Amino acid sequence: MVTLQRLKPSSALRAFVDEVGDPSTGAVTVLGAGNHWQYGGELDRDVRVIRAPSGVVQFEPSEMIVRCGAGTSYQELNNVLASANQCCPLDPVSPDSTIGGLLAAGMSGHRRLRFGAARDLLLEAQFVDANGHLLRAGAPVVKNVSGYDVCRLLVGSFGTLGPIGEVVLRCRPAPELSRWCVIEHHDPVAIRARLFQPSCVLWDGARVWILLEGYQADIEHEINTLRALGAVDSSSGPSLPTRGRLAVDPNEFADLAPEWTKRGKWIAEVGVGTVHTDWQTPRRTAATPLERSIKHQLDPTRRFSPGRLEL
Amino acid sequence: MDLISDLRAHLDPTRVLSHPIERLMYSRDASTITPASPEVVCLVTSAEEIQHCVQTAIRHDHPITTRGSGTGLAGGSVPLNSPVVVVTTKMNRLLSIDVDQRTAEVEPGLLNLDLSRHVAHLGLHYAPDPSSQQSCSIGGNIATNAGGPHCLNAGVTSAHVLAIDVILPSGESLTLGGSAPDPDGLDVRGTFIGSEGTMGIAARIVVRLMPTAPFVVTQLAAFPTIRQASEGVSAIIAAGILPSALEMMDANCIVAVEQFAHAGLPTDAGAVLLVEVDGLYAGTTHESTLIEQACLAAGATSVRTAQSPDERALLWKARKSAFGAIANIKPNYYLHDAVVPRTKLADVMEGVVRIATEHELIVLNVFHAGDGNLHPLLVFDKREPGIEARVHAAGKAIVELCLAAGGALSGEHGIGLEKRDYMGLMFTDAELDFQRRLRNAFDPDVRCNPEKVLPIGSGCGEVSQLHSTDFPSAHITDTGAWI
Repeated sequence: MVTLQRLKPSSALRAFVDEVGDPSTGAVTVLGAGNHWQYGGELDRDVRVIRAPSGVVQFEPSEMIVRCGAGTSYQELNNVLASANQCCPLDPVSPDSTIGGLLAAGMSGHRRLRFGAARDLLLEAQFVDANGHLLRAGAPVVKNVSGYDVCRLLVGSFGTLGPIGEVVLRCRPAPELSRWCVIEHHDPVAIRARLFQPSCVLWDGARVWILLEGYQADIEHEINTLRALGAVDSSSGPSLPTRGRLAVDPNEFADLAPEWTKRGKWIAEVGVGTVHTDWQTPRRTAATPLERSIKHQLDPTRRFSPGRLEL
Repeated sequence: MDLISDLRAHLDPTRVLSHPIERLMYSRDASTITPASPEVVCLVTSAEEIQHCVQTAIRHDHPITTRGSGTGLAGGSVPLNSPVVVVTTKMNRLLSIDVDQRTAEVEPGLLNLDLSRHVAHLGLHYAPDPSSQQSCSIGGNIATNAGGPHCLNAGVTSAHVLAIDVILPSGESLTLGGSAPDPDGLDVRGTFIGSEGTMGIAARIVVRLMPTAPFVVTQLAAFPTIRQASEGVSAIIAAGILPSALEMMDANCIVAVEQFAHAGLPTDAGAVLLVEVDGLYAGTTHESTLIEQACLAAGATSVRTAQSPDERALLWKARKSAFGAIANIKPNYYLHDAVVPRTKLADVMEGVVRIATEHELIVLNVFHAGDGNLHPLLVFDKREPGIEARVHAAGKAIVELCLAAGGALSGEHGIGLEKRDYMGLMFTDAELDFQRRLRNAFDPDVRCNPEKVLPIGSGCGEVSQLHSTDFPSAHITDTGAWI
């Protein structure tokens, strides 16, 4: 009979599990760089704050996956990946954001239109359950349907189901070239429809920014396609407002834009539905009964990030 | 009122099947797992009818098993414990297409390939493409989080589903996900996908459609050995290319397929890689050149590039009809599905061949090499005395080999019944207990698809005892499987 095949947890990961502790040690939450605490709701009082291990544990370029501590900053991870011309398209606004923080808050990057959501990047998570055991969700392979998809449940759970200590992420080849361009006063949906696979299309009600990535000749071809619509200027890309985020059906952009413009500065991700705002966006007011049932089953004493997500 | 009369009170009685011969039709899936008999079969046509079935099953304290096209390969829709079987094949409408946002709203019984066909004229397609895509349904794809050759770059089903209207095991209906990205709260949508019918029934689905690439280059590289072809896979990835598809066929498979498909495959090769890149002109041209170089450097003896859409279609026909072709060799087969890290492919593939030889079995390999997703196919004649035991023993050894290489039990077929009792080889008791509690959150009475996915008694000591038995639930049937 075969025994379970596991990497031995690093001493940093073991120390993290000890720090999370068993139920007798009370409520606990993990703090990353603190860049996204305006989302996900208010944490209860008297919750112990800990930090996750940091550093890249293993990177094999021909595997196109990377293992790192959840406390690793995006910048540090990206530097390692860039050395092999790879990237992990989480693309946070602040490069000091930690990988665990981005995943816990479910923060997808601005290139989601082409490269997918944060939840599609997590292949394995080493996390702690309510009893204080180190558990593994997923596996260090790019395709896996063994049992329930606990990885996707953890992404965006704001730490309410179990603190994440270490992760394995899917990487991608870094594009040879990235180029932003901008068009004024044009329908963003029509612009997207003209292009094969833009990495990102952003709209602030007046300007449309387009991020084209790949090989130079293809990018030039796409820019020429855009020129049929109007004047195309090169750009360094907009800086995204960071105070709030709305999730909107992209079909509602045109109707909602006038109201947003009255509120302040905003930039919407065309074809995705995320709207970055310079005002604080409202928090959710209640969890669904099914979410409460999941929370009750997995964290019956509410010791993990209590209050977040109204759970 | 008895169960069947109660179901017929709201459903057209001709769609509530209870005759033994009718029930027999729904007793198995496309795997070789022992069939079981449903109590009654309901061919539903709407979310309301699904809800009626679930509520009626609750009233009569009956389990429920949902079934799409029945093409599953892990026994997921085999009806255990005499359940009410809810069949979604009649809910096969494409409800709407949003061209601007590139989404489609579909019913669960819509066939995978039909969706792509319906939107092809818009320059769009649905990316996940299981080999059974002509006959498998989108609802079934959600149940298994199905993959396919083109999921290497595009991602599996979960990455392409925005929203699902679900009838929960409680009989309530709920929308998971939505057209807005990441609605506040837990990603219950992501949890439901791949739950193999144990967390409720999908009644309406919103999927993402992808633009169809203007340029496609399909290449067939021939290698003297499986090891060299495996090294070719690593060389392509290491060259910084993530092809849209990267498939391997070994010598046994090439010979079987060529007799059937006449695609001009090199029957003297030890293995071939079928590699496809798509996109814009410069990228596909550049990357196909790099792929050719990487393959030649890894020992390829030839690299053939499809010169026309017809030639490309023929190569894909060869790949996707592989399972049909094996009937020429032996009448029965056992198809495995496991995943290993891509860099372990060469060693594991040699191990698979060694295991087959040790058990005096013929093995064919046709699989998603770029994902490290193996599909060793053990072919045999069930009439040969003692062969079933050898097939099971070899299958178990292959699963153990893949797990020992740091892999996973299933890449796309799911756990179902087939691998349920192997879950303890991949997960600890505490991890299985976590998964069991997650299931309980959806279905505390374990009404939906009972005895699937998780070993019975997971989280308790009895799990480890179950491991010592060989496929206790997966006996080979007399009939062959069609994929």
